[in-house]
Amino acid sequence: MTGFLARLRNSGWIWSFAAAALVWLATIAYTGGQGAGEILTAALSFATFTIIVGLGQMMVITSGPGNVDLSIPATITLAGVVAMKVMDTDTSRLLIGVLAALAAAMLVGVFNYVLIRLLRIPPIIATLSSSFLVLSTAISYGRGIRIKPPPPLAEIATMRVLGVPVAAILVLLLSLLLALVLRRTLYGRSVLAVGQNMRAAWLAGLAVDRTRFLTYVLSSFLAGVCGILLSGFSGGAALNMGEEFLLASIAVVVIGGTSVAGGRANVPGIWGAALFMYLLVTMLNTFGASAGIRLILTGLIIIAVIVIAGGEKEQR
Amino acid sequence: MITRRFLRQALPFISLLIVLLATFYVQPRAMSYFGLNLMLQYAIPIALATIAQMFVITVNDLDLSIGPFVGLVGCIAATLLFEQPVLGILVLLLLIAAYGAVGALIHVRNLPSIVVTLGLSFVWLGIAVLILPSPGGKAPDWLKAIMGVQLPVVPFPIVAAVVIGLVVHVALMTSSYGVVARGAGGNPKALTRAGWSMLRTKVIMYMLAGFFGVLSGLALLGLTTSADAHVADRYTLYSIAGVILGGGEFMGGRVSPMGAVVGALTLALAGAFLIFLKISPDWQIGAQGAILIIVLALRALVTYGEKTA
Repeated sequence: MTGFLARLRNSGWIWSFAAAALVWLATIAYTGGQGAGEILTAALSFATFTIIVGLGQMMVITSGPGNVDLSIPATITLAGVVAMKVMDTDTSRLLIGVLAALAAAMLVGVFNYVLIRLLRIPPIIATLSSSFLVLSTAISYGRGIRIKPPPPLAEIATMRVLGVPVAAILVLLLSLLLALVLRRTLYGRSVLAVGQNMRAAWLAGLAVDRTRFLTYVLSSFLAGVCGILLSGFSGGAALNMGEEFLLASIAVVVIGGTSVAGGRANVPGIWGAALFMYLLVTMLNTFGASAGIRLILTGLIIIAVIVIAGGEKEQR
Repeated sequence: MITRRFLRQALPFISLLIVLLATFYVQPRAMSYFGLNLMLQYAIPIALATIAQMFVITVNDLDLSIGPFVGLVGCIAATLLFEQPVLGILVLLLLIAAYGAVGALIHVRNLPSIVVTLGLSFVWLGIAVLILPSPGGKAPDWLKAIMGVQLPVVPFPIVAAVVIGLVVHVALMTSSYGVVARGAGGNPKALTRAGWSMLRTKVIMYMLAGFFGVLSGLALLGLTTSADAHVADRYTLYSIAGVILGGGEFMGGRVSPMGAVVGALTLALAGAFLIFLKISPDWQIGAQGAILIIVLALRALVTYGEKTA
């Protein structure tokens, strides 16, 4: 039993779930138990979007120190705009719209890696510069009216079964798949190895370039999925729909216990952290905190979580 | 190899020159005292924020909170500093001390700076929103006077940029403590073994970042004359891009103060250039990304083979 507890404590993700539970309990204690279920349902539906992009960001960050994808918000917007415009509210064009949006998103990932590999631009600047280009493309392509999503897409994005959003269930399956990929496949093991020591991985004969390339494309692909779902959920694409995911995607990765130095991923932690971030805002809203107080507390709690969870252990 | 090293150091200046010439070509009237003043005045706060970011990058950390911090300084200066100067100065000093404390926390607990400063950016923004829920306040007259100085012959922003770059260059690149500070980024273990305190170095570098962040906020307020909590949100990304454009690296204490200032000037000028070019507003931000990519591609070309050599 103590072995189990110790393992839980070292798992890295238990903290984010504990924090999420604590915040949720504090909220329903304040309301006297009212709306406990509704709050959870809402948290699940909103956290879903952060989880999708968080998983992509996690893979990128895991692939080594300095790797980060700042183009996620612009890619979300581009995918949303492309999906809505190609579908044009026509249900029969649903599939082609999804494919077009995902293709556009993955193209961003390819472009990112070209900048990083061929031009040797540090990932943080490369993905930042490409996000500017992607955003301009989205703005210029999506010019004009707001197009509604075709009804089936809106339904899938907002449907609930017994209070659980269907999108959340799908993303749960996606998370399980990704956890399996990380543990059991050559690609997944390569990402971890490259993240721990790129040179050692290269000397061991791993396909370092292919691994990093696939990781950036995967992150963009997931941002595309998020963009499509989000436009279905909120009744269309908007040019600022990706904005909040820049900081959120990084925050959930790190609060969830993934190592910023790379080489150690944590899939369940993404869930705990995303739920925590949403429940925290809900709690502060319930308490009637002003916007300023809400921001300050959000910041302090992010810092507190990382201080309690502890920093990086010396690796060598 | 000397030529390659020289090229690498000269590249930020060459990039600035190219953007400057391109701007003059598109809009010849910009080639005047007044035109330069107008185009470059907003480069001063960006350059100061870039220097702040550079101090943090020198010790291998990254500051994601500098933008909101600059905004917060503006809010404090437009209210407290305007009404009660002594109290205002005290609060600003307190903010610099807070930066030092954050540096200590990051070092002692060995925390990832990205996360801590990410959290911090919410804190700065929150305080700023509490002080000024909507844009307002008034810049102290002396700030407006400083930022509006009309020097003979050479426009003030150019002189200010050169002075900022030179002062920091002398302090960080030629003083013996500057060597220690850069060594903290290059090889922290060697530094500790040589008997230097990593904790002290990090605290000092973070406090310097806070100090230049305060200067940036004051300079920006002197130009805008009224404050807004969100006015400098973009500065976080500008400052990182400025350091890298100026030839700095994220790891290894490899930075260049003159380069950072020049990088900031290039970024500010690129904005003016794109406006003169009259490209569609849709593509303004995209063109800025393209300029970043082109300059960094040039650097890749110049330094190609440097690491294998």
